[in-house]
Amino acid sequence: MNVPEITERSVEVTYVTLKSDAEKNGYRLNLDVDFTKNLVRGLLKNEGRYGYRACPCRLASGKKDEDLDIVCPCDYRDADIDEYGACYCALYVNEAIASGKQKVAPVPERRPPRSERGKHVVRTVFNADLPVLPLPVWRCKVCGYLCAREQPPEVCPICKAAKERFERFI
Amino acid sequence: MLYALSTCQWCHKTKVLLEELGVEFDYDYVDLLEGKDQDAAMDSLERWNPKGSFPTLVIDNKRAIVGFREQEIREVLEV
Repeated sequence: MNVPEITERSVEVTYVTLKSDAEKNGYRLNLDVDFTKNLVRGLLKNEGRYGYRACPCRLASGKKDEDLDIVCPCDYRDADIDEYGACYCALYVNEAIASGKQKVAPVPERRPPRSERGKHVVRTVFNADLPVLPLPVWRCKVCGYLCAREQPPEVCPICKAAKERFERFI
Repeated sequence: MLYALSTCQWCHKTKVLLEELGVEFDYDYVDLLEGKDQDAAMDSLERWNPKGSFPTLVIDNKRAIVGFREQEIREVLEV
């Protein structure tokens, strides 16, 4: 497999971009810079060998449509930060960890096991009490952004996740 | 036996800890295996850890520790 070389410069540039995007959107990167840059190196390695930035701490299949949920930032990040203070690989952390008041602890895997994947549960809310809406509501699975329009946007205006990361919500 | 990924920092920390403890261990970077070899590694990993997550450390074919649980690994291996 011909995988492009990961240079220190590309790690630095990606790290700075991720950090600035995170902070703009109310997220924090792990403050252990060496650890975090190694995660960035893993993301770049995965981008090189799979074509997308799969989570460095999960086994990617190499098929993007099967791995959309673990493309960083993954679908599980927010729930894991809420419950454990950090996402699964600990690239993203909460304020307490980012400010050194709390330590990162292992985060249990929230992604369904191999045998249960692909049984996509559409979380569309069908409630008889809801009025008939003039437009469908789409939810960004990465950040929770909601919008009412015929189709989801090409790019999430909040977190910049691609259109394919949206689900029909209502 | 340590089931690990070459890109995973928690796997890396686990491997470094095992080296520091001076215990004998085998490890697989499952992401570097291909096709049937990778499937076989996942099948055997899932017998210990149905989630199939990394790192998973299987000690003497008796018990598994999932994730970099430093304290627990030390307690089990520092005898």
